[in-house]
Amino acid sequence: MSTDTSTGTATSRADSPPHRKIPWTTRMRRDRTLLIMVAPAVLLLAVFAYVPMAGNVVAWQDYSPYVGIRESPFVGWANFARVFTNPLFLDAVSNTLIITAFQLVFFFPVPIVLALLLNSVLSPGLRTTIQSIVYLPHFFSWVIVVTIFQQIFGGAGMVASRLREAGYSGFDLMTNPDTFLLLITAQSVWKDAGWGIIIFLAALATVDTQLYEASVVDGAGRWRRMWHVTLPALRPVIILLLILRLGDSLTVGFEQLILQRGAVGTDVAEVLDTFVYYQGVVNGDWAFAAAAGLVKGLVSLALVLGANKLAHLVGEAGVYQRA
Amino acid sequence: MTVRTENYAKKHTPTRLPKQPPKPPPRRSARYRALLRGKNRPVWEEDPNPLGLVVKGVALLVITATVLFPLYTVVLTSFSTQADITRSGGLVIVPGGLSLSAYVQILSGGIVTRATIVSIGITVVGTVLSTTVSVLAAYGLSRPGSFAHRPLLFVFLITMFFGAGMIPTYLLVSNLGLIDSYWSLILPGAVSAFNVLILRAFFMGIDRSITDAARIDGAGDLRILGQIVLPMSKAVVAVVALFYGVGYWNAFFNAMLYINDNAKWPLQLVLRSYVLQGVTLPGSGVGQVDVDDGAVTGLPVKMAVMVLAIIPILVVYPMVQRHFTKGVIFGAIKG
Repeated sequence: MSTDTSTGTATSRADSPPHRKIPWTTRMRRDRTLLIMVAPAVLLLAVFAYVPMAGNVVAWQDYSPYVGIRESPFVGWANFARVFTNPLFLDAVSNTLIITAFQLVFFFPVPIVLALLLNSVLSPGLRTTIQSIVYLPHFFSWVIVVTIFQQIFGGAGMVASRLREAGYSGFDLMTNPDTFLLLITAQSVWKDAGWGIIIFLAALATVDTQLYEASVVDGAGRWRRMWHVTLPALRPVIILLLILRLGDSLTVGFEQLILQRGAVGTDVAEVLDTFVYYQGVVNGDWAFAAAAGLVKGLVSLALVLGANKLAHLVGEAGVYQRA
Repeated sequence: MTVRTENYAKKHTPTRLPKQPPKPPPRRSARYRALLRGKNRPVWEEDPNPLGLVVKGVALLVITATVLFPLYTVVLTSFSTQADITRSGGLVIVPGGLSLSAYVQILSGGIVTRATIVSIGITVVGTVLSTTVSVLAAYGLSRPGSFAHRPLLFVFLITMFFGAGMIPTYLLVSNLGLIDSYWSLILPGAVSAFNVLILRAFFMGIDRSITDAARIDGAGDLRILGQIVLPMSKAVVAVVALFYGVGYWNAFFNAMLYINDNAKWPLQLVLRSYVLQGVTLPGSGVGQVDVDDGAVTGLPVKMAVMVLAIIPILVVYPMVQRHFTKGVIFGAIKG
């Protein structure tokens, strides 16, 4: 870009919104460096995000990998009909929603409580140390987390061998379907609850201390300050995260579950994503699995948009706004 | 109606006086109070309840122990001798005989060594590629009013709300001939719109007058990015690079999908098959220990593989950790 053009754009931009007057060819030439910079990312997304979006047409086909997408015959909504009448699919939907609901109650509040606890630690050094420790498990892979739980709570694990010495045998949380919800929630809490506090701590740091001083003058004790000052400050963040979680209702820890599906059985551990994987990649029923995946993707999209709308209705900022 | 008004007044009248005079604070010596309050407590706060302090301290201790204890016992077990493990019946809590033999075994060639090299390669190449592409894209998107700014932004945003799905992505990767190629572990997830938006939000927050001044002095966009914007946003770029790096290092499912040849497996997948599922890996020199005693045997080796998978995170984490709040919050709030 020559000096001339760049100074020209800089001044005109400062004066008024200029881009309505400049013809688009000129603007394209002016911004060509920016466009070239965006190009690699757009190209990668085009190939690996948008081409597969179009590839969802296999959901309407009698797809066979030997024939290919172009030659496979279209079969209308047959695959979708199979999806909605498949009892395994409906089981997967219900397992997914049960896990989401359970974790909404038993996982979601944990980081808030932890953040309040940590926020009350006054020594900055101690607080940073604890923060560093509780963030850490977020960066471990699910394989590591599940293996750690297996070594502690599994049939050959630490707890089981202690219990065996004490005369109880048969303790194995990793293969027990009845306690599976608790197990995966405990794993999620161990791995991600600590990391979850980061955004709440940031929100707490922005609270004006004058509010606390004023409430003390008005006679508010510790708990009333938390209720009337601290929690209202967290409200927008809590609602934002709640929306994101609701929009993600149909996605529950895919890697976490696929690691444990074999040990605990499909009755409790089959969720939508694992269903799609086993039906498609393992069983080779590609079109059926693609239809199930597409249903999930579209419902998730509707959930995000709906949850965001809801947030606007109750007067919160939500995830995004119409600019 | 009247009830509601009363309640409202009850709740919200700021000058409401307590019905009973407040309890006088307990008499305490000045030294005890100073000790109780600590040196960081703001003046307006009341003295803390000693019992409350103890409860809080215990809670924090339990929380940190919950995180650290499993790591401690995994690391200790990986350094323990077989005899020690048999004695403790599983993970070792009290150190006994220490030995390096597990590490010698997995690092002297064989499948774990190879998997580690594969994982390191994918992580390095992937992180460099992803971070570079994302920084460029974020800068390219950071000037509202530039050509096709909004449509391009939407190209990124849409991918955050609607994923193509596993099956079409798999079919694409397989049609591109990338099955059993390391590129299948890098390219499909190379660009995360979320990370691009984190970077973009940060770049947009940089004072416009600085970049404009450089432009007047004749610097092009590439130069502005390299010499002004990047040095000002080291923290957030480091965080995004860490996110990408950890993502590549920890991924196992994409390898489960795309890599059939287990000689090409990354470390996480080896960890899953050998350690979690207890499969004996052929020709590895690792599985051979597994034959004798059932579940407990080979535990130091298994735990050594775990430690191997954790070490890079423990090394990089402290360097980036202090930037988290800045990087993450920016993206979370503006993205």
